[in-house]
Amino acid sequence: MPKLESLKKMKELVAGHFTGLDAAAKDPARKVAWCTSVGPVELLRTFGFEVYFPENHGAVLGASRKANDYIPRANAAGYSPDICSYLTADVGAFLAGETPLTHGYGLQSVPTPDILVYNTNQCRDVEDWFAFYARHFDIPLVGINSPVQVGDVTDELVKTLVPQYEELIPVFERVSGIKFDIDRLREVMTDSAETSRLWGEVLGTMAHRPSPMTFFDTSVHMAPAVILRGLPEASDYYRMLLKELSTLTEANVSAVKNERFRIYWDGMPVWGKLRELSTFFNDVDASLVVSTYCNSWVFEAFDPSDPFNSMARAFLELFIARSDKAKEVIMAELCEKFSVDGVIYHDAKTCPNNSNTRYGLPQRLRERTGLPFTIVYGDLNDLRCFSEEQAKTSIEAFLEQIEGGRG
Amino acid sequence: MSFYCGVDIGSTWTKAVILGEEEKSDYTRALVRTGISFEAAALSARDEALARAKLAPEDITRTFSTGYGRMNAEFADGRRTEIACHAKGAFHSFPHPCHVVDIGGQDNKIIQLNASGAVEHFLMNRKCAAGTGSFIEEISRRLDIDMKRLEELAENATKEITLSSFCTVFSATEVIKLIREGENPENIAKGVFNAVVARVTEMGTLGGKVVLTGGVAAAFPIVAQILSKATGQEVFIPEHAQFTGALGAALEAKTSS
Repeated sequence: MPKLESLKKMKELVAGHFTGLDAAAKDPARKVAWCTSVGPVELLRTFGFEVYFPENHGAVLGASRKANDYIPRANAAGYSPDICSYLTADVGAFLAGETPLTHGYGLQSVPTPDILVYNTNQCRDVEDWFAFYARHFDIPLVGINSPVQVGDVTDELVKTLVPQYEELIPVFERVSGIKFDIDRLREVMTDSAETSRLWGEVLGTMAHRPSPMTFFDTSVHMAPAVILRGLPEASDYYRMLLKELSTLTEANVSAVKNERFRIYWDGMPVWGKLRELSTFFNDVDASLVVSTYCNSWVFEAFDPSDPFNSMARAFLELFIARSDKAKEVIMAELCEKFSVDGVIYHDAKTCPNNSNTRYGLPQRLRERTGLPFTIVYGDLNDLRCFSEEQAKTSIEAFLEQIEGGRG
Repeated sequence: MSFYCGVDIGSTWTKAVILGEEEKSDYTRALVRTGISFEAAALSARDEALARAKLAPEDITRTFSTGYGRMNAEFADGRRTEIACHAKGAFHSFPHPCHVVDIGGQDNKIIQLNASGAVEHFLMNRKCAAGTGSFIEEISRRLDIDMKRLEELAENATKEITLSSFCTVFSATEVIKLIREGENPENIAKGVFNAVVARVTEMGTLGGKVVLTGGVAAAFPIVAQILSKATGQEVFIPEHAQFTGALGAALEAKTSS
């Protein structure tokens, strides 16, 4: 894949995000919130909070291959090797007083928070993770306790969640010193909705044959959709990226040198092996053209004219929070839309909620779609749980199986 | 006359097979310890097979490699995974829809084949080597019994024991507990083979005929008996079970152009 100009822009945006957070943390007049990646960011931005995402920090620790330096430290402090390795890497790094943001962006430490805000739509680990910092900094910990295994997202269910969002308002007013302004929330929601729409369009370009990007590219390009959601810069970025991608699709430029296999990657990236796996898939002519992970930041429900209901709905519709029955339908639709030849499931040892292999879903989806699947055992951050050799053999054999099935 | 070579560089043993135009069941085979150099083991196995067939390297039309070390056999003309090669080799010996169960030195595989021998689905064990050849080696060391004698002991067992741990080290701890409790070696030996089968059957459902391949099947036919009893299926062991992957690689070399 040719190097995109947008990447340069994204590096600037990400650098600006971290240096901006650092400046805010040092300025007593400004407030910093730590928020989960699918938490009520829009509401926080309405009150002028600078928002930092510990999950993003977890991914940076993984991608920089620092996670395994710190995970044992958190393990020794009582955080099990079996729980979220974003949590253990992040807490371990904090206990060590280190962060890759020092080397990357010149920050001496992660930006000190004034408030911690979570949404358990992803998992319960985020609440326990943030509780560690709430104890350490002695600051408010608030959030949304969301149902899990959600089937149909009904209006009734949405309504039961809305009061939890409304109850955050007085806490945010107290910490920020700013009165709630619903028009400001509508503005932020407008930006978020636009970012979501554009990010969805970016991912949609991968339905083109050959795909101009792979999962490894989108795992990087998703950063603005996560950390800059609710800011106009994120939409500007995706407009720029879309323009470049449409040039690539028009010219039939392929992300992998010879796209013979189109694959659905389910589950999280193995952050510490992005480069190796990207090279490997390129070598075996397989393009990872769709993933539920990257699609998770497409919030179709966002509606500035009905901010609370639509926010609650969008965060309930999140793939990870859905029942297996709902996930099966979503995945089948994506398999068809992106014309995939098969599904690779990443069973992440420390992330059961993002591992869709454990209750027979792969077998049911195969029956529904006729598409073959294989499972790769690994982890998002803890490379002790990943055997590169075994994973590669499994993937190669899977591609041989697909090829054999073509006759 | 054309000849084709398949080399299966496994974690413990490296196997080489040479096939001629005629596909005889008594094809030329060679077996060497893999050791610390995949490349050297592959060359050594191939050269030994060549010597037995009274051939020179230039007599071989094509060579394919498979197994953990398949990328290290630089002399090979092509490479296939062990899943593809075990499937090919097993179907060659048993041309029916079936499940191939390969119990190797470090991992286990279940491969589902359709009526034309194509892979429909496959499963590999997770990372621990519990239930593999290494597991049997480790436990025989713990019991201080030569591996070759384990089966003989197991045949005289009077009680069914199964080691239940997913982990080889923890299984060894279970064995220590059994020794402490005074369990006789025959029953423990049977328990080891029961555990091998249990680790396989909990990987996936085995329907229809089962073909058992790999070094463990070749060395310990009792595994086939236990597997047959556990699944209620007929279990077939190819004549040279340990060479199934290498045979598959040789067949891939032959059919590839």
